[in-house]
Amino acid sequence: MSRSTLLLLQLLVAVVALAVWQFLTTVPVFGKILLPPFFFSNPIDVGSQIVKWFSSGVIWKHLIITLWESILAFVIGSVAGVLVGFWFARQPRVAAVFDPYVKMINALPRVVLAPIFTLWLGLGIWSKVALGVTLVFFIVFFNVYQGVKEVSNTVLDNGRMLGMNERQLMRHVYWPSALSWMFSSLHTSVGFAVVGAVVGEYLGSAAGLGYLIQQAEGVFDVAGVFAGMFVLSAFVILIDFGVTLVERRLLVWRPTAAEGRG
Amino acid sequence: MADTAQPAAVALGDATVAFRVAGDRVYTAVENANLSVADGEFVAIVGPTGCGKSTLLNVAAGLLKPAAGSVRIFDQPLTGLNRDAGYLFQADALFPWKTALDNVAIGLEIKGAPREQALQRAQDWLTSVGLGAFASRYPHMLSGGQRKRVGLAQVLIRDPKILLMDEPFGPLDAQTRQIMGNLLLELWNADRKAVLFVTHDLEEAIALADRVVIMSAGPSARIIGDWRVKLPRPRDISEVRMEKDFHELHREIWSVLKDEVMKGYVQSTRSAEAG
Repeated sequence: MSRSTLLLLQLLVAVVALAVWQFLTTVPVFGKILLPPFFFSNPIDVGSQIVKWFSSGVIWKHLIITLWESILAFVIGSVAGVLVGFWFARQPRVAAVFDPYVKMINALPRVVLAPIFTLWLGLGIWSKVALGVTLVFFIVFFNVYQGVKEVSNTVLDNGRMLGMNERQLMRHVYWPSALSWMFSSLHTSVGFAVVGAVVGEYLGSAAGLGYLIQQAEGVFDVAGVFAGMFVLSAFVILIDFGVTLVERRLLVWRPTAAEGRG
Repeated sequence: MADTAQPAAVALGDATVAFRVAGDRVYTAVENANLSVADGEFVAIVGPTGCGKSTLLNVAAGLLKPAAGSVRIFDQPLTGLNRDAGYLFQADALFPWKTALDNVAIGLEIKGAPREQALQRAQDWLTSVGLGAFASRYPHMLSGGQRKRVGLAQVLIRDPKILLMDEPFGPLDAQTRQIMGNLLLELWNADRKAVLFVTHDLEEAIALADRVVIMSAGPSARIIGDWRVKLPRPRDISEVRMEKDFHELHREIWSVLKDEVMKGYVQSTRSAEAG
């Protein structure tokens, strides 16, 4: 399938889906509207809501807040995950002691932490950042831990025979290996940073995409809810695209990254 | 072998290597190995699969400590890693996240050489192993033979006095092995280091080495033979195989090695059934 046909078919899916949605919410079938507009709105209303947000400019404030929260959650969660992952992997005893607690916290559905963070950190961005951090941290942590553990013994021995001391092994062997594992989970961790931000906003905030959706829901503005969802999807796809670019640059040495995407 | 005036580059005295397996059982890989490699001498160790050839090499490298016996490097007892040795591994040991050039330069960089200078020397070494044009490739973009060339340059750039090689050309196809063998001899001829070369291929061993050492089948493998190869140097690997002396020596060594290979084969099938 050529690139243009693929794009055409992908567009066709969107057009058909929107057309069916529009049709079922506005044209009666057997004397009955199958999707009541009150619950399902319709594509035109949703579209005009999105246009209104962008033309009036109110959406930018919310987008920027959500973006900031996601970035902070990602950066803080990643740094903490890398540090703790390294520490645990190099100190098996520490890892063994903390193991049940790590598992316990990771098993906890993070949403239940949101109220606690709101109490501790208030309704501003930091309670959302904290929620995102708890999600990102574990993904990065597990990957870095694995990355350090899975360094090939031959490569390690080679480093030693070439004269590397512990610090140099860290820099030239453990670190790149751990980073490659971390970057291979970049899509997931960035996605979770956004999830943390939006869920946090939804549960209590004064700005952000999650707030926008929650407000619309509060006044039964279904068009607003759908519009928020579409903006959010576009936002995540854009971020994901950025991640792909970064990944291609950083993992150029990896056979899977270089060939699988060519 | 090693005369008293010049200490041996590597000297194993009654070295025994044992591993603890599954609880209290001890597996003796190599028993009472006596081996000395003179400075500038090329010694090949040949033995059946699983006889502990690589174990012996790891002992010489300092990666493994013998349970008993001594390891002396230029007459100094070996403690820790052997800093005089370069090790070419059987498996891929290049750093996959570094380009060919950086992989070669790293040996100098960690010694504290300025990066510019290290890269310059690395480029020279890549050229001398025939990969001058592949400096910016990552290991996964190179063929098996090319990776071995990079590995060779990576080890040789540090100018080790002793070269330890663990079936380095094992995974390569027959033609590439010959080419690599000739490259190795050419580089070794330029500045004769002591070489300890492990292989299971007797022909390769005779073609390359000054001395061929035969090990018995494991466990508790021993050194059971030591032959001097009197073929003239410089040699060409594919041509030296045609010579009469080569065939005679091959026949002589093979008559000893054959039984061990069969024993090793039987043991490996038996342990596979048991496991």
